[in-house]
Order: sequence, then C-alpha cells, then structure tokens
Amino acid sequence: MSSRDLILARVRRALAGVPDVEITRAYRGPSRTPGEIRLFEERVRDYRAVVHLVDEAGVAERVALSLAGRGARRVVVPAGFPARWLAAADAEAVADDPPLSAADLDAVDGVLTTCAVAIAETGTIVLDAGPGQGRRALTLVPDHHLCVVRADQVVAGVPDAVDRLAPARPLTWISGPSATSDIELNRVEGVHGPRTLEVLIVA
Amino acid sequence: MSVTFLGMPADRPFPRNAARALRDSQLRFNLRKATRTIRARRASVVAEAPDWAELREAGRTIKEHTLRNLDRYLVQLEEAVTAAGGHVHWAADAAEANGIVAALVKATGETEVVKVKSMATQEIGLNEALLEHGITAYETDLAELIVQLGDDRPSHILVPAIHRNRAEIREIFAEHMSGWGRPAPEDLTDDPAELAEAARLHLRERFLKTKVAISGANFAIAETGTMVVLESEGNGRMCLTLPRTLISVVGIEKVLPTWRDLEVFLQLLPRSSTGERMNPYTSSWTGAAEGQEFHLVLLDNGRTGVLADEVGRQALRCIRCSACLNVCPVYERAGGHAYGSVYPGPIGAILTPQLRGMGSELDRSLPYASSLCGACYEVCPVAIDIPSVLLDLRARARHPWPERAGMAAAGWVFERSGRLARLQRAGGRLRRLVPRRLPGPLGGWTDTRDLPEVPEESFRAWWDRTDGGRR
Repeated sequence: MSSRDLILARVRRALAGVPDVEITRAYRGPSRTPGEIRLFEERVRDYRAVVHLVDEAGVAERVALSLAGRGARRVVVPAGFPARWLAAADAEAVADDPPLSAADLDAVDGVLTTCAVAIAETGTIVLDAGPGQGRRALTLVPDHHLCVVRADQVVAGVPDAVDRLAPARPLTWISGPSATSDIELNRVEGVHGPRTLEVLIVA
Repeated sequence: MSVTFLGMPADRPFPRNAARALRDSQLRFNLRKATRTIRARRASVVAEAPDWAELREAGRTIKEHTLRNLDRYLVQLEEAVTAAGGHVHWAADAAEANGIVAALVKATGETEVVKVKSMATQEIGLNEALLEHGITAYETDLAELIVQLGDDRPSHILVPAIHRNRAEIREIFAEHMSGWGRPAPEDLTDDPAELAEAARLHLRERFLKTKVAISGANFAIAETGTMVVLESEGNGRMCLTLPRTLISVVGIEKVLPTWRDLEVFLQLLPRSSTGERMNPYTSSWTGAAEGQEFHLVLLDNGRTGVLADEVGRQALRCIRCSACLNVCPVYERAGGHAYGSVYPGPIGAILTPQLRGMGSELDRSLPYASSLCGACYEVCPVAIDIPSVLLDLRARARHPWPERAGMAAAGWVFERSGRLARLQRAGGRLRRLVPRRLPGPLGGWTDTRDLPEVPEESFRAWWDRTDGGRR
C-alpha cells in the first residue's frame, strides 16, 4: 500500500460515523464599498512606512523627489508601470528584461511598482505580478520599495481583498517594511526585505 | 508501533524540567517580559475587530468541517497542485518525510538548502536528517537562526528563541556567526536593530546563491492548490522566490477548502500571533510559480491517530499562532523547554501526548502541566477547548501507584459515613503526629502542596456536641 493510500485509509477510518459541521459566516464579509483613504494612510503609517497623498498630476514630481531624496541612481521599473509617473525622475529606469539576476537586483537602489489591491483596515498593499508590478523578487531584494496606489484600488477590509484577488497568480501581501519581533517580542523594522517602504496614494 | 518523533528527546517528566527552569531567574525574567509585551499587543488588536467572536466561530467551523472531510480535501488539493505543475508526495511518518526531502535535494545536486521557519520540519527533525545525507540546512528566520547558532532548542512556536534576551543574542552572534558564514560585525552591540542588521548581512549572500529552499505552509487551499506562508522578516519571501527548487512540508491538517476561507484566517492568525493587524509579508503561490520547481510533502506523523479521537481531534484545528503560550501562567514560568517537544505550552500539552502517545513519563505528565485556568481556550482563535482535552487525557494517563492506592483508600473511606467519622476522630487525636510532608512515595503529593491542618474535631462532631452551636 502506498503512503498516500495508507494515510487516506487512516483518515477514513478515523472519520467513520462522525457527523459533518456546518460553516457559519456571521462575520463582516466583503463590503464592496470603497475603502477609506484616510484610514489606509493612517494604518500604513502605523507600520512606520513612509506615506504621501498626492493627486494624479503630482505623482511624477513626488516620485522624482523620493528617488532624489535617497540619492537613487538606478531603480527597477517593471513593465507596465505608467511612463508618465517616471517623467520627472533623474534616476535610470532598469527593466527586468532579460530577467535581472538576484545579484543585479541587490545592486540597484530601489524599485517602483503599482499594486493590485490595497486594504484600508490593515494598511496592506497586495501585489499580484500584474502590469507595473513584475515578478516577486523585484520588490524583495532592493532596499527601497516605492509603491503607487490608486484610490480606486483601496478596499475596506481583508474579505474585499480576498474577493478581488486571483489565487492562480503569485501574491505578495505587504504591510510595512520588513520587520521582526524575534528579539524580546519587540518590533524592529528592517531585516531581509526592503527596509524602506514608501507608499504613494493617488487620490 | 514505533513512537512518533517530535523533534526532541522525551526523557524527564514535566515537573522536574519545570523545577529546573524555575531556578533560572534570567529565563523567568525574559519570558515574563516577552509574554507580557505580546499579550498586551494581541488584546488591543483583537479588541479593535468588532466581529472577532464571529471570525473565531467561522475559524472553528471551517476547520471542523475540513477535518470531517479531510480525505476529500486532501485529494482535491493533490489534484489542484498537480494541475498547476507541482509535485505531491505523501509521508506517513517523520522518517518517510525526511527521506523524501533528502532524495529531492540530492536530485538537484545541491548540498545546501535555506529554510523558512516551519513547525512541521522542526517536528520531524529534518535538519539533523539532512545532515546525515551530507546536506546542510540553514535556518533563516531570526529566532531560528539564534537557536541554530546557539546549538539550542526552540522554546516557543512563533519565537523559538523567546528564552533569550538581547544580551544573550549578541553573545551568540558574536561567537558563532563566523562558523556558519559571514561573521558578526566586530563592534556589535545588543541594540535589537543592530542585531537584526547583523542577521541581514549574515544571510544576504546565502539567499542570493542557494538553489533549494524548504518551507512549511500556514494554509493549503484545496480548491485552488494554493500555498500560503505568513512571515515578518522577508526571509520567507527570499526562500520562496529566489531558489530554483522549493519543497514545502505541510501537515495534512493545514488544508482549507476554499480560497474564500482565507478572509477569515488572514484576520485571525496575525492578530493572535504577533498581535498585528497584519504581518509584514504574506506570500501565496499555486504550483510551479514563475518557473520554479515545486514539491509538496503532505505529512501525517501521528495526525490521523489524533483525528480518530473524539475529544482530542480538536487539537488539529490549531493554526500555530501561539496565543495560548503567551497567556499561560505555567508556560510563562516554566518556559518551553520543560515540555520536551517542539510544541510547548497548552497546545503542546494536548498535542504532544496525542501525537507521541503516553508511553513516557514526560508524556503522561504533560496533561498536568496546567492549572486549568482556561485562559488558553479564551484566546484560541479556533476555540480549541484545551482544558477539556487536558482533563480527558488526564483520565487516560496511567497514574503512579501511590496515587492510585491513595485514591482507592479515599474511595473506601468516603463510601460509608461511619468510616469517615472514625477516621476523622482518629485524625483529630493524632493530629500532632501528622508530618508536614508525607513520607516515602506519598511525598510526591506534598512536594507541590501544603498538607491541610487536621482540625481537633470535625464539623459534624462539633454540630452533634453543641446542637449546632445552641449548647
């Protein structure tokens, strides 16, 4: 008997005659109403991420300022990131084509992306490797991640985000910069992921 | 039947381990500080969720439903993972799982792997098993790194190095990092930010060059074949995305029926474990993502035995948040090592004896490692009634003979009121001769209790003599 059959047989024997249980979902499900921008902003800031609120016309200038402020010379820009948001920046935009090696990614100054969904209640942004986001490593290895979030991408809570996302795509849910609570259970920002997360909300 | 291995030797019973831990004032200080911090954080973010009770009930019922249909969901998961280009392996016990992983790593030709923190691989002692095959496993979670460098054992589910304070961690890094790779900076202080930075530098190169990674998973979605890993540091993302081959060892109880179920667990888990609205990073992937080779190893290792137990099976609902450890007065004082298993604290006290059986003195003692205060049940995000399972296990554990003899004698005395009255009269007369500690094998009882003072006269005798105080 294979281990597969053995385990399944043990499970079936263990469950013989055990009645089923009905799932109760009395919690707040997807609200399908827009998330509050102010709440999102506050919650992202709680994680000690840098947050800016700008209008569409101000994005390019804010991107340029943020990059210049860090002295960034080369930043990764995934395919599909709107060119107009890059127009004012002095930094060189590095494309992931052909795919950059991990060492290449380690050598750039930062990465610019959009996102798929953002969650107001938890201050989370979710990337799904769609246009302007690229593959997962792009937002992991560089030390600075600047993410542009459009107001219409902000949803109220976790159930709304789960509802909007496609599980077949590789997803990365990001809530603040990389952090650890492993030393005396106190939160310290900055371990292996980007130590600076900058979120630009376009409202 | 062989005894299920749970990552640690089970040689001494809990009371002896705990007594030793209690003499370590540094350990008690570290644990008290850490558990108090996390308790306050959890309480505040749980209070913030207006529908916490409803989420908890949904969490409980989703897990119950899944366990009751586990065979169906496991097969569905296997199909979905395979359809998405992944490979599924089944392991009946620790040895088989270790063998599967070792063979998969060998097939890549690599001798080094990076690891994401995972309870399942701790449980099966994967690192030690890989070493026998000439494969070195590098732990990348900060707390696991502290444990690995210090040649120590984990003492907490979420923060395996919770028993270490910042000064001790600095010592371990300064002394041992050089033996495993890039040494710690010369001028390393015990500032937590500096310690985290030292870990970042130590592991950076390794992440960028290692070709094989091993992880667990917090959830595996049957409907879509999606694996989900929650973490904080980014070491998980490094392991899950950069290496060419990814092997995930996942307990069979980790399966969830549908994608939608995540809306419940992505709220319950972060708030219960690190006390955050959301953990910094959550990764999910389905099958072979971004061209990676993906292997899923489904692990039984005693779980189907637990599933067969009517009372105890609820322990399989556990999502390893560790909220029960953080509120437990016994854990806070005795620490995780006293439990002699990778699963310490209240959940360990019910999970370990069920997975491993009650053959050893340690495993028989674990159901007693509790004051039954019920705080663990109250904070459990999937409402595992830990006190009830503890009581059930206590009833089944073989008790030591002096206790059995004592209980039989007490039963005989209480059977007839005359016997009790005669004993009470004798006790009253001989009360000055009763020692503070009972002799011989009965001493075990008075080791942890004061013997009540024997009154001169029983209440019944006093009532008869004075007609209820009227004479």
